[in-house]
Amino acid sequence: MKIVVLVKQVPDSGLERHLSSDFTVDRASASNVISELDENAIEAAMALADAGQADEVTVLTVGPDHAVETIRKALSMGPDKAVHVQDDAIAGSCAVTTSAVLAAALGTLEYDLVLCATESTDGAVGGMAQMLGARLGVAAMTGARKLTVDGQKLTVERQTEDGHETLTASTPAVVSVWDSMNTPRYPSLKGIMAAKRKPVTTLSLSDLGLAPDTVGAAGATSKVVQAEPRPPRSAGQRITDEGEGGVALAEYLASQKFV
Amino acid sequence: MAEVFVVAGAANKLTYEMLTMARGLGEVSAVVLGAPGTADAIADKLSEYGAAKIYVGEDDALDAYLVAPKAEVLAALIGQHRPAAVLLPSTQEGKEIAARVAVSLDNGLLTDVVGLEADGTATQSIFAGGIVVKSQVTRGVPLVTVKPNSLTPEPAPAAGERVAVEVAVSDAAKLVTVSDRVTEAKGDRPELTEASVVVSGGRGVGSAEQFSVVEEFADLLGGAVGASRAATDAGFYPHKFQVGQTGSTVSPQLYVAAGISGAIQHRAGMQTSKTIVAVNKDDGAPIFEIADFGVVGDLFKVLPQAGEEIKKRRA
Repeated sequence: MKIVVLVKQVPDSGLERHLSSDFTVDRASASNVISELDENAIEAAMALADAGQADEVTVLTVGPDHAVETIRKALSMGPDKAVHVQDDAIAGSCAVTTSAVLAAALGTLEYDLVLCATESTDGAVGGMAQMLGARLGVAAMTGARKLTVDGQKLTVERQTEDGHETLTASTPAVVSVWDSMNTPRYPSLKGIMAAKRKPVTTLSLSDLGLAPDTVGAAGATSKVVQAEPRPPRSAGQRITDEGEGGVALAEYLASQKFV
Repeated sequence: MAEVFVVAGAANKLTYEMLTMARGLGEVSAVVLGAPGTADAIADKLSEYGAAKIYVGEDDALDAYLVAPKAEVLAALIGQHRPAAVLLPSTQEGKEIAARVAVSLDNGLLTDVVGLEADGTATQSIFAGGIVVKSQVTRGVPLVTVKPNSLTPEPAPAAGERVAVEVAVSDAAKLVTVSDRVTEAKGDRPELTEASVVVSGGRGVGSAEQFSVVEEFADLLGGAVGASRAATDAGFYPHKFQVGQTGSTVSPQLYVAAGISGAIQHRAGMQTSKTIVAVNKDDGAPIFEIADFGVVGDLFKVLPQAGEEIKKRRA
């Protein structure tokens, strides 16, 4: 089985993040990292490879030049090779147009299974697996906390708002995962060294047969028209419990009409 | 007057919020898609909250396969009626239906929306609530997923005229079978994302057994129970109650954080709460920087004592 894992470079969610003057995510000045749940998708792929169920794992990303750092990070966890779609005209794409670029890139690759995160830590739209399933005409199974592969048959268990459910489908399929699925491995020193030599193919929009004005800011289906930092929350009253802290808390809640 | 669609899967607060929000854009039509009998259970409530029309598409296939059949029927209905906007719940299912419709109609999609103006401009909170943005859809019928607790629902009784919708599901929409669906008993507590009070416990709670202290305090305030990622990863509380970047985002009137340090991962899920109260032994915990009221102390002493005091005041 051949697996493609989608990864995305995002501004570190642990640090302060900004928008640029054109209201797109400021990726140039940010400290960029791999989107957290992508590591769970890579781990899921490598677990299948370790079990002898996958013979090729390819990393696919769409992003600016510096997204190659994220590719190397992903490759250091074990995948064989990577494809980097890079074209200045892609900047400013919405999720809908990004899915068109990813679908076109997947069209150039052989895959039985596409693994991705349920959502990224920057845009957090949470729709990519379904968008790709719809565009490619393949099964889209989402929010997996467990994935079982038996030949061409895929079984996903996932948490829902009011319980859990089991999904079944056949390959080819797109499966999105949550962090509850596994614990991503740490890259070994050997893995980090090997990642530097693994093949990375770069594709442009023309390689994918996409017109520049159908993607990026020009082709986006939505736009941000205003952005304001939320006024920072300021710390309110703080007391130290010296025996009556609970009573003080109850008094505060009563004063705010919660009791 | 323009028609506005509200995709309603259940009679719950989020549905009433969407129906209330949609009124600002035009005449409200609810869209109910599901197994036979789905509309009967919720139609009265949809009318009570302002649905002039209720489009009803019922077929077992809509629930037997994952979201794609619902997306297909909805896309066809949007094509026929060209509503001014389509509102869906910002739930797992709502976002996924919207994603498929966006692709099939080449339409703009805005998720986790908390406010909607008459011209379709949507307000969203991004980067863990750090930035508030206003966005517009620039192509097609705007698809808007609405986050729970965005506004206060107001009833506005309307006719609720039922219109049957033909359900034709293609084979391409039947690729993923929902082979088992388990509803876990949720007890008497409100839904985490809809609750007006949430009491969450973190690493400081120490064990699964000791989470009862958090639960008791939540029950006293009629609230839902949440947990930080540290607590769910440690197995203190089920993963589905996680509040944070990789869990639920909540925005209640009152959020009580007990034994939670307040890492960015957690704050991302709760910092738009109206009032935040923190109890933590560590006076340097970052949660205190955003708390309206903080108690530096042992949660096992502070919460029970506060509980006793609340009972006393109610007596």
